[in-house]
Amino acid sequence: MSDKALVRVEHLNVFFPVRGGLPFEKKKQVEAVCDMTFEIRQGETFGLIGESGCGKTTLANAILGMRPPTSGKVFFKGQDLYALKGKDFKALRRDMQMIFQDPLSSLNPRFDVLDIISEPMQIRGGFSEEEMEARTVELLEMVGLSKEDLHRHPSDFSGGQRQRIGIARAISLHPAFLVCDEPVSALDVSVHAQILNLLMRLQKELGMTYLFISHNLAVVKSICSHMIVMYLGKAMEWGPTDKIYKNPVHPYTRALLDAVLDIDVDNKKEKKLIQGELPSPIDPPKGCRFCTRCEYATEKCRTEAPPTVKVEPGHYCACHFAEGCVSEA
Amino acid sequence: MSTKNKCPFGKRVLKLLKGIAGIFIKIWKHPRGRVGLIILLVLAFCAVFAPLITRYDPYDVTARCEKGLRPSWEHPLGTTISTGQDIFSMLIYGARVSLAVGCITGLCIACLGCLMGILAGYVGGWVDTLIMRIVDVMLVIPTLPLTIVLTNLFGKSYFMIVFIFTLFGWVGLARVVRSQVLVIKNSNYIKAAELAGAGTWRIMTRHILPGVSHLVIMSTCLTSAGIMVAEAGLSFLGLGDPTAISWGKMLAEVQSGGAMLFGYWWWIAAPGIGIFLAVFSLMRIGMALEEIFNPRMKRVSSGYKLFKSLNSSYIQEVFDSMNDEDRPETDPGREGGQA
Repeated sequence: MSDKALVRVEHLNVFFPVRGGLPFEKKKQVEAVCDMTFEIRQGETFGLIGESGCGKTTLANAILGMRPPTSGKVFFKGQDLYALKGKDFKALRRDMQMIFQDPLSSLNPRFDVLDIISEPMQIRGGFSEEEMEARTVELLEMVGLSKEDLHRHPSDFSGGQRQRIGIARAISLHPAFLVCDEPVSALDVSVHAQILNLLMRLQKELGMTYLFISHNLAVVKSICSHMIVMYLGKAMEWGPTDKIYKNPVHPYTRALLDAVLDIDVDNKKEKKLIQGELPSPIDPPKGCRFCTRCEYATEKCRTEAPPTVKVEPGHYCACHFAEGCVSEA
Repeated sequence: MSTKNKCPFGKRVLKLLKGIAGIFIKIWKHPRGRVGLIILLVLAFCAVFAPLITRYDPYDVTARCEKGLRPSWEHPLGTTISTGQDIFSMLIYGARVSLAVGCITGLCIACLGCLMGILAGYVGGWVDTLIMRIVDVMLVIPTLPLTIVLTNLFGKSYFMIVFIFTLFGWVGLARVVRSQVLVIKNSNYIKAAELAGAGTWRIMTRHILPGVSHLVIMSTCLTSAGIMVAEAGLSFLGLGDPTAISWGKMLAEVQSGGAMLFGYWWWIAAPGIGIFLAVFSLMRIGMALEEIFNPRMKRVSSGYKLFKSLNSSYIQEVFDSMNDEDRPETDPGREGGQA
């Protein structure tokens, strides 16, 4: 693994204006992604963890060039993605592809498998019919489907097979960077491992870099080298996966780890589960965003934004009380 | 696109033809659709091969017969009292004008409505706002009086009638298409295509247009039927093309020629049955298509649908019902009274 950063995100903000409200009233906005800074190195699998509605998918869209950010920059292969226009932008973005959560809605029900997988090739151009068909067969075999499936439609396949088709389409033009937006959460548990193994095998064979979005901590633990924990649009804790799992500092990370179901019946350690709902991102809490649900929250947490604290080399946390953990560790 | 990418144009045309053939086969397999298809094909055959079916040419002013003849083997429906034209030949030739005006207007409305709906739905932003405001304005303009005024202003021709009906007919379809496009637009396969670098045109033609095609095909059938009735009404009022022979114009002559006075009931019935058969067949096909595309519609009685079809709000209704499965069935009689 080289240390070169493939994707670098700098102070990325994505706000959505809220429609409605009274005239002359201060315009409200949803702070979907707020001040995110991180980099994804060549060849690694980067985990992005968070509850539903915390801005994971918005962040992924912003990185992919689908959602222009309010401010901040996205660098891909050293180039500022949003500074490029027209052809250059499309050419650079073609090196990034995405695998979607719901495999059915990501495949056009009117297309057959050949059309679906060869679509990126058709769009780029430069392939003859025969080349496209040959390449599609090759891709199908790579993802574990067969040549007979070439002229079938998405409705003929099971969830896992549909996801395989989605993966084949995503890798058809040899992208360098693949965003997996909860690729297994809509599938049966028995299929999870198959799809994850397929993704890992393809990464090894094709040398791709993954941004892996998930709310499943077990999956992230097993495949990601670095991770970032997001809450309400902000990064709570980030660093190498094993360090975070070994020494979770932020109360939110701890709560998430506690919420993982354990089959181990004998392990009767006390679990602290978070109470309440995610607050509205339209009017996020001042200070630390987690303060409404944090059991350690003090007056300081409610008024002051927490500093970034270096827990260990490479492992950071945004919490007022992280300093204490540093000495503990 | 590079030149190396051979566009399989012939293949795509073949695929399209196959799709159209598939739709016809489906209508044929549908019991009520088959009736409509047979009637429409017979009418279309009459229109196309009119000179082979009748010996008389009603447009030929030099070849007039004796006036006011009763039905005989020579003249199956007699001749007109005023001009001595053969009524059967008028009926057959009238199919040409009536069907052509109805179907051409239906197709024009389908194209324009589809284009506007897709533009509004997919491009969004100010394009959407502009088109939808135009639609709002168009919807509240009463069409018939305006048509009368415009035909008087710009001359009475069928081109004008097609133009005016198209101008005011596309709005309903555009609204329906737009709402469907908004659904398709948010699906992930559009996003995947955008990620792969697909342009707006490609996404509109390859992904969105096939997704709304069933709406457009259905509305073409139903609006064609409505336009035929409207054209007959205009011609009856003397606002159609004065040189052409259409079923509506025949009805106008029935009235001016005094058919009621002499008891020439066959003269009155002939154009009426022509209009009825054309509209009935198109309605049947439209309803069959609707049941093919949306099997849930089968529950609603066809009488209700027929009455609703005469309202322009009909198509909107159909798609409302898609979202709202538990809509109570309305009494057909009451609806008929309102229609």
